[in-house]
Amino acid sequence: MNLAYYVKSFTLWEFLKAHAKTLHYFFKPKATINYPYEINPVSPRFRGEHALRRYPNGEERCIACKLCEAVCPALAITIESEPRDDGSRRTTRYDLDMTKCIFCGLCQEACPVDAIVEGPNLEYSTETREELIYDKAKLLDNGDRWESVLAANIAADAPYR
Amino acid sequence: MISWFSALPYGWAFFLATIIDILVIALPLMLAVAMIIYADRKIWAAMALRRGPNVVGPFGLLQSFADGLKVFLQETIVPSAANRGLFLLAPIITFTVALIVWAVVPFQAGVVLADINVGLLYILAASSLGVYGVILSGWSSNSKYPFYSALRAAAQMVSYEVAIGFVLVTVVLWAGSFNLSHIVMAQQGHIFGLLNGFGFNPLLFPMWVVFLISSMAETQRAPFDLTEAESELVAGYQTEYSSMSFALFWLGEYANVILMCVLNATLFWGGWLPPLNIPFLYVIPGIIWLFIKMLVFFFIFSWVRATVPRYRYDQLMRLGWKVFLPLSLLWVFLVSGVLMWMRVGIAQ
Repeated sequence: MNLAYYVKSFTLWEFLKAHAKTLHYFFKPKATINYPYEINPVSPRFRGEHALRRYPNGEERCIACKLCEAVCPALAITIESEPRDDGSRRTTRYDLDMTKCIFCGLCQEACPVDAIVEGPNLEYSTETREELIYDKAKLLDNGDRWESVLAANIAADAPYR
Repeated sequence: MISWFSALPYGWAFFLATIIDILVIALPLMLAVAMIIYADRKIWAAMALRRGPNVVGPFGLLQSFADGLKVFLQETIVPSAANRGLFLLAPIITFTVALIVWAVVPFQAGVVLADINVGLLYILAASSLGVYGVILSGWSSNSKYPFYSALRAAAQMVSYEVAIGFVLVTVVLWAGSFNLSHIVMAQQGHIFGLLNGFGFNPLLFPMWVVFLISSMAETQRAPFDLTEAESELVAGYQTEYSSMSFALFWLGEYANVILMCVLNATLFWGGWLPPLNIPFLYVIPGIIWLFIKMLVFFFIFSWVRATVPRYRYDQLMRLGWKVFLPLSLLWVFLVSGVLMWMRVGIAQ
């Protein structure tokens, strides 16, 4: 309880110092990005919305091995398969429940042919729950739409696998 | 303005002219409240390195109107256990009281709705009524957090009004009048005939600091926002409110904040007068000077809110009763002593 303490407290010294600090920050550039108009850079390993890829000749990659279905910890994937007319094993049904998915990436780790992958897209919110239960057509469509980015990401990540 | 209605009997003409006067004050005030909410959010965001509202309209300027529209379209929910009448009355009281105080605020020489001689007492009385809106809303919600909040608000407003009262006494002693216009005129050339404002007086400056801090406590803004401490009391006495009844609290709160900024300017920094008593500065209309001063004080309000963490309840009470009350009381004696010495001289 000395004099300096009272002088400091009655001149609001600490408060003035704090306000100088906040005024300094007031003029600093903003830390937040302007989200809908700017997006943070996304890593090639980013695990976003799923896609089923095709080979360059248009043949779908998935061979219905069901490894992804087996490894999926959230039981989000449901696969049914049948031999196609040419005798190759193909899926007749590939459902992915995005409301169950935990985006762990185990499906793309398990896939021997890089068919199911998680892409960079994170803006796929919907207005109804049903729209989030993806079927094969939707996943293949995603794959067609994002193929160039997906291929580039897999190539970029390949040296570390 | 009464002359516009000279065809009517005098009573009617006076009534219509007053209604128009009131609208001329209240409508720009509501617009100012909308813009000041936006400014508050922007300033606070900038100090936290955020961007603040920037989507609705250019630079997000229309954000408050979008919020207002959203609130207007919401359903008014009245809790089934609430006292319906009082529950709906409380926001109306808060809003009305926040507006009626503006009647005595002088915007320029002679531009004031009611140029009454007890303007300062009127302000004290009317702003004390504001606590009824808070108490009634807290009690009639029949919910525990609003009730705690209302009790806190009542204690807080009463405590700081005491300190504000003594601060105003020092101003009144120096100005020699309770009329706000006279108080402003008394500040003209207060220091060496050059500086307009009691705040430039080293003896009254500490009282301005006390008044500034007390006015933050009086309007329940951070760091004194214990009444709506969101980490403790959800949203305080507004918890159960929705739609327009919530919007009325919101508007009333910010109208009070603007009022306190204007009172800071009027009582201590020369109101509508320019800060320096130089003739060419008087070319700019007084209302512009008042507006600039109000914006400066509002920036200070937002700045403090962005900087200082919330007070604990006992710290709040300690500051009000054990620091500000003795200090302002001492200053009343000091100021009256100095005034006696200046006017009469030291008695032989």
